[in-house]
Amino acid sequence: MTKSDLVEKLSESLTNLTKKECEVIVDTVFLNMKDALHRGEKIEIRGFGSFTVRTRRAKEGRNPKTGEKVAIPEKRIPFFKVGKELREMVNG
Amino acid sequence: MTKADLVEIVYEKIGGLSKKESQDIVEKIFETMKASLKQGDKIKISGFGNFTLRDKRPRKGRNPQTGDDIEITARRVLTFRPSQILKSHINEPTKTS
Repeated sequence: MTKSDLVEKLSESLTNLTKKECEVIVDTVFLNMKDALHRGEKIEIRGFGSFTVRTRRAKEGRNPKTGEKVAIPEKRIPFFKVGKELREMVNG
Repeated sequence: MTKADLVEIVYEKIGGLSKKESQDIVEKIFETMKASLKQGDKIKISGFGNFTLRDKRPRKGRNPQTGDDIEITARRVLTFRPSQILKSHINEPTKTS
Protein backbone atom coordinates (compact mmCIF):
# COMPACT_ATOMS: atom_id res chain seq x y z
CA MET A 1 0.00 0.00 0.00
CA THR A 2 1.36 3.38 -1.02
CA LYS A 3 0.25 6.81 0.12
CA SER A 4 -1.98 7.12 -2.95
CA ASP A 5 -3.60 3.73 -2.19
CA LEU A 6 -4.28 5.02 1.31
CA VAL A 7 -5.86 8.19 -0.10
CA GLU A 8 -7.96 6.06 -2.48
CA LYS A 9 -9.25 3.83 0.33
CA LEU A 10 -10.06 6.83 2.51
CA SER A 11 -12.05 8.60 -0.17
CA GLU A 12 -14.02 5.40 -0.75
CA SER A 13 -15.07 5.12 2.88
CA LEU A 14 -15.42 8.84 3.59
CA THR A 15 -17.97 9.74 0.97
CA ASN A 16 -18.33 13.34 2.17
CA LEU A 17 -14.76 14.08 1.06
CA THR A 18 -13.20 14.28 -2.39
CA LYS A 19 -10.02 12.40 -3.24
CA LYS A 20 -8.13 15.68 -3.37
CA GLU A 21 -9.35 16.60 0.13
CA CYS A 22 -8.30 13.19 1.45
CA GLU A 23 -4.89 13.67 -0.11
CA VAL A 24 -4.42 17.06 1.56
CA ILE A 25 -5.44 15.60 4.92
CA VAL A 26 -3.10 12.60 4.64
CA ASP A 27 -0.23 14.91 3.68
CA THR A 28 -1.08 17.20 6.61
CA VAL A 29 -0.98 14.29 9.04
CA PHE A 30 2.42 12.95 7.93
CA LEU A 31 3.93 16.42 7.56
CA ASN A 32 2.95 17.30 11.11
CA MET A 33 4.26 13.98 12.43
CA LYS A 34 7.54 14.74 10.69
CA ASP A 35 7.66 18.20 12.25
CA ALA A 36 6.92 16.78 15.70
CA LEU A 37 9.89 14.43 15.35
CA HIS A 38 12.00 17.34 14.14
CA ARG A 39 11.17 19.15 17.38
CA GLY A 40 12.29 16.00 19.21
CA GLU A 41 8.73 15.23 20.31
CA LYS A 42 7.45 11.74 20.89
CA ILE A 43 4.39 10.62 18.91
CA GLU A 44 2.04 8.12 20.46
CA ILE A 45 -0.73 6.59 18.37
CA ARG A 46 -2.72 4.29 20.58
CA GLY A 47 -3.26 0.86 19.01
CA PHE A 48 -0.67 1.57 16.34
CA GLY A 49 2.66 2.42 17.91
CA SER A 50 4.96 5.23 18.96
CA PHE A 51 7.68 7.21 17.25
CA THR A 52 10.63 8.59 19.15
CA VAL A 53 13.88 10.28 18.25
CA ARG A 54 17.07 8.68 19.44
CA THR A 55 20.43 10.36 19.44
CA ARG A 56 23.38 8.42 18.17
CA ARG A 57 26.50 9.90 19.66
CA ALA A 58 29.44 11.11 17.60
CA LYS A 59 32.01 8.48 16.80
CA GLU A 60 35.11 7.96 14.78
CA GLY A 61 34.79 5.97 11.60
CA ARG A 62 37.08 5.01 8.84
CA ASN A 63 36.86 5.45 5.14
CA PRO A 64 36.75 1.80 4.05
CA LYS A 65 38.59 2.58 0.81
CA THR A 66 41.50 4.61 2.09
CA GLY A 67 41.55 3.56 5.73
CA GLU A 68 41.56 7.20 6.71
CA LYS A 69 39.92 8.20 9.97
CA VAL A 70 36.79 10.31 9.64
CA ALA A 71 34.75 11.98 12.36
CA ILE A 72 31.09 10.97 12.31
CA PRO A 73 29.06 13.69 14.04
CA GLU A 74 26.21 13.11 16.48
CA LYS A 75 23.06 12.14 14.64
CA ARG A 76 19.37 11.91 15.45
CA ILE A 77 17.42 8.92 14.15
CA PRO A 78 13.68 8.26 14.13
CA PHE A 79 12.62 5.08 15.88
CA PHE A 80 9.29 3.25 15.76
CA LYS A 81 8.01 0.90 18.40
CA VAL A 82 4.99 -1.11 17.32
CA GLY A 83 1.99 -1.05 19.65
CA LYS A 84 0.75 -4.20 21.34
CA GLU A 85 -2.50 -4.37 19.39
CA LEU A 86 -0.82 -4.02 16.00
CA ARG A 87 2.03 -6.34 16.93
CA GLU A 88 -0.46 -9.09 17.72
CA MET A 89 -2.54 -8.23 14.67
CA VAL A 90 0.28 -8.74 12.14
CA ASN A 91 1.32 -11.97 13.83
CA GLY A 92 -2.23 -13.33 13.84
CA MET B 1 1.99 14.30 20.15
CA THR B 2 -1.03 12.02 20.33
CA LYS B 3 -3.86 11.15 17.98
CA ALA B 4 -5.90 13.91 19.63
CA ASP B 5 -3.23 16.48 18.66
CA LEU B 6 -3.37 15.28 15.06
CA VAL B 7 -7.16 15.63 15.12
CA GLU B 8 -6.75 19.21 16.35
CA ILE B 9 -4.21 19.99 13.59
CA VAL B 10 -6.48 18.56 10.87
CA TYR B 11 -9.45 20.50 12.30
CA GLU B 12 -7.50 23.78 12.31
CA LYS B 13 -5.66 23.47 9.01
CA ILE B 14 -8.36 21.93 6.84
CA GLY B 15 -11.35 24.21 6.55
CA GLY B 16 -14.96 23.05 6.65
CA LEU B 17 -14.61 19.99 8.87
CA SER B 18 -16.22 19.47 12.25
CA LYS B 19 -14.23 18.15 15.19
CA LYS B 20 -16.05 14.86 14.85
CA GLU B 21 -15.28 14.59 11.14
CA SER B 22 -11.62 15.41 11.76
CA GLN B 23 -11.50 12.72 14.41
CA ASP B 24 -13.12 10.14 12.11
CA ILE B 25 -10.61 10.86 9.36
CA VAL B 26 -7.52 10.61 11.55
CA GLU B 27 -8.92 7.41 13.07
CA LYS B 28 -9.62 6.04 9.60
CA ILE B 29 -6.08 6.74 8.38
CA PHE B 30 -4.52 4.55 11.05
CA GLU B 31 -7.27 1.90 10.83
CA THR B 32 -6.71 1.62 7.07
CA MET B 33 -2.96 1.27 7.58
CA LYS B 34 -3.54 -1.39 10.23
CA ALA B 35 -5.90 -3.35 7.99
CA SER B 36 -3.30 -3.38 5.22
CA LEU B 37 -0.56 -4.61 7.55
CA LYS B 38 -2.90 -7.22 8.96
CA GLN B 39 -3.32 -8.61 5.44
CA GLY B 40 0.45 -8.85 5.16
CA ASP B 41 0.80 -5.88 2.84
CA LYS B 42 3.57 -3.38 3.56
CA ILE B 43 3.03 0.37 3.53
CA LYS B 44 5.11 2.97 1.73
CA ILE B 45 4.55 6.59 2.64
CA SER B 46 6.81 8.67 0.43
CA GLY B 47 8.65 11.35 2.38
CA PHE B 48 7.99 9.58 5.67
CA GLY B 49 8.99 5.94 5.55
CA ASN B 50 8.05 2.33 4.94
CA PHE B 51 6.36 -0.10 7.29
CA THR B 52 7.52 -3.57 6.32
CA LEU B 53 6.71 -7.03 7.61
CA ARG B 54 9.40 -9.57 8.27
CA ASP B 55 8.90 -13.27 8.86
CA LYS B 56 11.23 -14.53 11.57
CA ARG B 57 12.18 -18.17 11.85
CA PRO B 58 11.92 -19.93 15.20
CA ARG B 59 15.09 -19.70 17.26
CA LYS B 60 16.40 -20.75 20.61
CA GLY B 61 16.32 -18.26 23.42
CA ARG B 62 16.70 -18.19 27.13
CA ASN B 63 14.55 -16.86 29.90
CA PRO B 64 16.88 -14.20 31.32
CA GLN B 65 15.36 -14.56 34.77
CA THR B 66 15.48 -18.31 35.22
CA GLY B 67 18.12 -19.26 32.64
CA ASP B 68 15.76 -21.86 31.16
CA ASP B 69 16.13 -22.68 27.47
CA ILE B 70 13.03 -21.72 25.54
CA GLU B 71 11.99 -21.85 21.93
CA ILE B 72 11.15 -18.47 20.40
CA THR B 73 8.41 -19.30 17.95
CA ALA B 74 8.31 -18.22 14.30
CA ARG B 75 6.60 -14.88 14.03
CA ARG B 76 5.86 -11.96 11.77
CA VAL B 77 7.14 -8.62 12.98
CA LEU B 78 6.60 -5.07 11.83
CA THR B 79 9.54 -2.76 11.23
CA PHE B 80 9.66 0.89 10.25
CA ARG B 81 12.29 2.18 7.86
CA PRO B 82 12.38 5.97 7.90
CA SER B 83 12.79 7.63 4.53
CA GLN B 84 15.94 9.59 3.69
CA ILE B 85 13.80 12.75 3.74
CA LEU B 86 12.62 12.10 7.31
CA LYS B 87 16.12 11.20 8.47
CA SER B 88 17.65 14.38 7.12
CA HIS B 89 14.67 16.49 8.22
CA ILE B 90 15.05 15.60 11.89
CA ASN B 91 18.76 16.44 11.73
CA GLU B 92 18.21 19.91 10.33
CA PRO B 93 19.24 22.52 12.90
CA THR B 94 16.37 24.94 12.26
CA LYS B 95 12.70 24.49 11.61
CA THR B 96 11.98 24.60 7.89
CA SER B 97 8.36 23.67 7.47
